Amino acid sequence: MSFFDSVRLALLQIRAQKLKSGFSLIGVFIGVTFLIIAWSIVNGINVYMTDKFAGTLVGVNTFHLRRRPNFTPNISDSTWRAWARRPRITFGDAEAVAGGINVPVITAWESTDRSIVEAHGKKMLDVELIAATERYFDIKNLRITEGRAFTTQEVRSGSPVIILGYDVAQKLFADRDPMDQRVHIGGLPYRVIGVLERQGKLLGFSLDRLVVAPALSPLQDLVNPPGVVDALIVKANTIDDMREAMSEAEGIMRGRRHLRPRQDDNFALETSEGVLHFWAGIQKILVVIGPGLVGVALVVGGIVIMNIMLMAVAERTREIGLRKSLGARRQDILRQFLAEATTIATVGAAFGVAFGVGLSVLVNAATALPARVSPASVLLGVVIGAGVGIIAGVYPASRAARLDPIAALRQE
Amino acid sequence: MSEAQQFRTGDTPLPDVLILTHKLAREYNMGSETVRALRGVNLQIRSNEYVAVMGPSGSGKSTLMNLIGCLDTPTGGEYWLNGQKVSDLSDDALARIRNKEIGFVFQTFNLLPRATALHNVELPLIYAGLAARARRAQTAHALTRVGLADRMHHKPNELSGGQRQRVAIARALVNEPSILLADEPTGNLDSATSAEIMQVFAGLHDQGQTVVMVTHEADIAAHAARVVTLRDGLVAADQRQAA
Repeated sequence: MSFFDSVRLALLQIRAQKLKSGFSLIGVFIGVTFLIIAWSIVNGINVYMTDKFAGTLVGVNTFHLRRRPNFTPNISDSTWRAWARRPRITFGDAEAVAGGINVPVITAWESTDRSIVEAHGKKMLDVELIAATERYFDIKNLRITEGRAFTTQEVRSGSPVIILGYDVAQKLFADRDPMDQRVHIGGLPYRVIGVLERQGKLLGFSLDRLVVAPALSPLQDLVNPPGVVDALIVKANTIDDMREAMSEAEGIMRGRRHLRPRQDDNFALETSEGVLHFWAGIQKILVVIGPGLVGVALVVGGIVIMNIMLMAVAERTREIGLRKSLGARRQDILRQFLAEATTIATVGAAFGVAFGVGLSVLVNAATALPARVSPASVLLGVVIGAGVGIIAGVYPASRAARLDPIAALRQE
Repeated sequence: MSEAQQFRTGDTPLPDVLILTHKLAREYNMGSETVRALRGVNLQIRSNEYVAVMGPSGSGKSTLMNLIGCLDTPTGGEYWLNGQKVSDLSDDALARIRNKEIGFVFQTFNLLPRATALHNVELPLIYAGLAARARRAQTAHALTRVGLADRMHHKPNELSGGQRQRVAIARALVNEPSILLADEPTGNLDSATSAEIMQVFAGLHDQGQTVVMVTHEADIAAHAARVVTLRDGLVAADQRQAA
C-alpha cells in the first residue's frame, strides 16, 4: 500500500467519524495554538525591543552617564540603597565629560520628572517634563513639525520657552495654533516655540506626552535639585567611537570623584545593551515557561490520540481481520493506523497554526503587545503535531498489526 | 480418491493440482489439553473444480478452511497451493498468498460499512500495490461480472443482502485468484437469495473459476460437483455428483 493510499484512507476514516476525530485533535490543536501565539509575542517583543525600544529610549551608539542605571531588573535592596547613596551628576560633571571626550560625539543634558501642564484653563496630568540642552532633539531623533527647537543662547540664558509633544499640543490647544501661546508648569509661564512630530506608542504608553524646555530654564528647578542633572547623553557615530567615548568618560568621572584603582565606579554608563539585557532576562523566563506549557498540552494531546486510536483498534478488530484476509501485511495495518493518528494530529496542528496566526494578528492589532508570527514557529508547529501523532500512534498501530486474522474476523 | 495420484512426502504435486494437502494436521493447545482439530487430511483439488466441504460442527471444516485460506499454519503435514509449498511460510508471505491466490467470501459479508461498493471491492488491489487508475478498471470489471455495474457507488446499507454478498464475491474475484473460498456463503440469506448466489457461483465455475465452499446445508452442497465430508478431523467421504 502506498503512502498516498494510507493518507487517503486515514482522511476517509476521519471524515466518517468527525466528532470523535474532532475531540481527539483538540489537545494538539491547543498545544500548537499556544506555541504559535507565545512564540509570536516573544518574537514581536524581541523585534520591538531591538528596533524601537532600545533605539527610542536610549538610542543607537549612545550612552547615558547617570547616578545609577535606569533599566534594572531584579535589584536587591542593598544594591538599591548603595545606589541611592551615590553622589549625583552635577553640571560640573556633565560639562567636564562633554568637553573632555576626544572622539567626535554630540552630547545633551537630560533631567526629567512628571507633572501637570496647564494652558487656558485646560490641564494635562502626568506629562513628562524634560529639561535638556539643544542637541537633545538630534540625539533622540525628535523632529519638530511646527516652530523650532531652542537655541544654545536660550539654553544658556534659561529662557522660559517650551516645545510640546504631539499629545500635549492636541490636548491643550485642540483647535488653536499653540505657537507663541503660554503654558503653565508649576505656576510659571512658558512660551510655546515648537511642536514635536507624533511618535506613537510603545508597549501601550504614549511617547507624545512630553514637553521639552531649556536645561537652565525654571523647569530645571522643578525636576532636579540645583546644579544637578539626571543624565548626560553622549552619542557617537559608530559603536567603536562610543566605546572609546565611554572609557574616556569613565576616566574623567573617576578623576573627578577621586576614586582609587580598586574602588568601583560610583556612577553608571548605560547603553542600549543594558535595556536589551533587561529584556533578555524576561525572555529567558518566557523561553523556559513557554515550551513547558506547550509540552504539557502536546503530551496530553498525544495521550488523547493514543486512547482514541486504541479504541479504534478495538472497535475495528473485525475490519483489521478482514483487511488481513484480503492480503494486508503487518506493515500495511501498522501504516494505516499510524497514518490515521498522524493525520489527526497534523490536521489538529494545522488548525492550531491557523488559529494561532489569527490570534497573533488580533493581539497585535487589539492590544499593546506586539505580536509577530515567526515562520519557524509555523513549521515547527506542524512538524511537532505530526511527531506527536506518530509517537501516539505507534503502540495502537503495532497492536493492530499483531492481531491474529482468524480471531479478529471472529470478533463481533 | 481412486483417480488421485498417491502423494508422498518429498514429492511435488502435478501441475493441474491446485490444492494439495498431505497428512495435514492442526492441534490447539488449550491449557493442559491438546485439541486435535485436523488429524492428517489428504486432499487434492484440481483447477476448475467446484468442491463443497461438509461436516458437522467440530468436524474440523473451519480449521481446514482457515488452513486452505492461508489464514493459519498447520502443526503437521504439507499444504501445496498452485505449485507452491505454503505450509511453512512467514506471516507476510502468507498475506501475499492470500492477496494473490485466494478470494474469500464470508457468511457475514464483512464489507466496510462506510465505504462504497467500489471501495470495498478495490481493497485487495490496494494491498496488491496497484495504481488508482488500474484499480478502478479492474474493480468496475469485477462488479460487472456479478451484475452490480449500476450499484458501484452505493454503500452496504443501501444494498439488499443478496447484493451485499455479490459485492463480497466481486471483492473476492477482483484479484483473479486461483481459488474462490466461501465460508457458509448463504448462511445469512433467505432461500430465494441463496439460490441467486448459487447461480452466481455456478456461472463463475462455468467461466473456469475454482470454487471451494464450506457449508453444513446439504441442498447448498448439492450445487457442487464434488462433496468432501469431514468427521473428527479426517476425510470421511469424497464423492463426485452430477451438478
